[in-house]
Amino acid sequence: MIDTRLRIVAIAAIAMLLLVVLDLVRRRRLQERYALLWLGSALALLALAAWGGLLGRVSEGVGVATPSNALFLAAFGFVLVLLLHFSIAVSRLTDQSKVLAQRLAMLEERQHRLEQTQDEGVTDEPADEVSVRGAGRG
Amino acid sequence: MARNFRRHRALLTSIVQPTSTYLAVVPAYNESATIGEVVGTLESQAPQFDVLVVDDGSTDGTGAIADRAGAAVLRLPFNLGIGGAVQAGFIYALENGYQRMVQVDADGQHMAEEMSTLTETMDDAPEIDMVCGSRFLTDNGYPAPISRRTGIHIFAFLLSRIVGQRVTDPTSGFRLYNRRGIALFAHDYPHDYPEVEAVLMVHHHSLRMTEVPVRMLERGGGISSISSGKSAYYMVKVLLAIFVGLARRRPVPEPGDDSPVSASHGI
Repeated sequence: MIDTRLRIVAIAAIAMLLLVVLDLVRRRRLQERYALLWLGSALALLALAAWGGLLGRVSEGVGVATPSNALFLAAFGFVLVLLLHFSIAVSRLTDQSKVLAQRLAMLEERQHRLEQTQDEGVTDEPADEVSVRGAGRG
Repeated sequence: MARNFRRHRALLTSIVQPTSTYLAVVPAYNESATIGEVVGTLESQAPQFDVLVVDDGSTDGTGAIADRAGAAVLRLPFNLGIGGAVQAGFIYALENGYQRMVQVDADGQHMAEEMSTLTETMDDAPEIDMVCGSRFLTDNGYPAPISRRTGIHIFAFLLSRIVGQRVTDPTSGFRLYNRRGIALFAHDYPHDYPEVEAVLMVHHHSLRMTEVPVRMLERGGGISSISSGKSAYYMVKVLLAIFVGLARRRPVPEPGDDSPVSASHGI
């Protein structure tokens, strides 16, 4: 059994977290995909905090002497999972931005070549006119 | 503009064809001190090569200098690091129909006259997909500090065991690729410090590689991308890549497989 005061604080904090996450989703600041892990973690912690018997059984099951420590352990575990999740998301974003940067560079180079050919074709300007513009872009 | 449309069409189709089947890719990040000379040397000493400079988000006008020197320039909007820059070169080579691509460092370390060593090797053995210039096949007194040499030899030892072929200089970026090599690395190339992993990828995708002895110069200017502070990270990162890479699913993605880069799946 955990102390009643701790239980109230834990439930209040988790309820606050739930509300904040739901509000972020409502205002489209957080995508559902990322909110689900937060909601899942918060609900699991809420269950552990609100239902003393469950926490007691869990802490006994994994061999933690103090039930409140089991609650902290569970919270820490969820934080780790969330961090891993974000590392994965960051890796994916890195890959995506790399691909975009490469495609953009390809397009710009092609555009540059087309303009160069166009200028040569239309006015027969000397080629250095084109390289000056290229320099200005750099 | 519209009046000249037909004329433009003719011009457009002509420029889509590359002027050569050989491409020299020079990844450059803040190499304004040497890039002009490197491009000039390539054009005079290896005239069969088109020159592409990949300006990896430089802030010192590297791209403009390369442009004035007559190279094609890919300007990356921000610094991707060597892997992303070189991969941009592979993509360019693939999409513009180049049959051979050589990677040349922008610091003037790779000698243009050695490029014929690479191309001749590939001409003699057309089944080879990647020819690597090695500083250590013959004792040519390459002036690498002992710590770097040690690191290179550790990688060389490990890679030789894994790929079952003697690899002496796995960190050399001076490499020539054929169309198969270009296609492989255009689709997938490691992020940073890519050379060692590229050797593994060649092996895992059942491509063939060989090494030829080349001479390399000391750096002409600028700062090496591998400072002493980063070399520990380099060692650990590449070792992790080697061992994790062993457990990776090997073959090329088949048509219809998941996209390698996707915004759609969650965790």
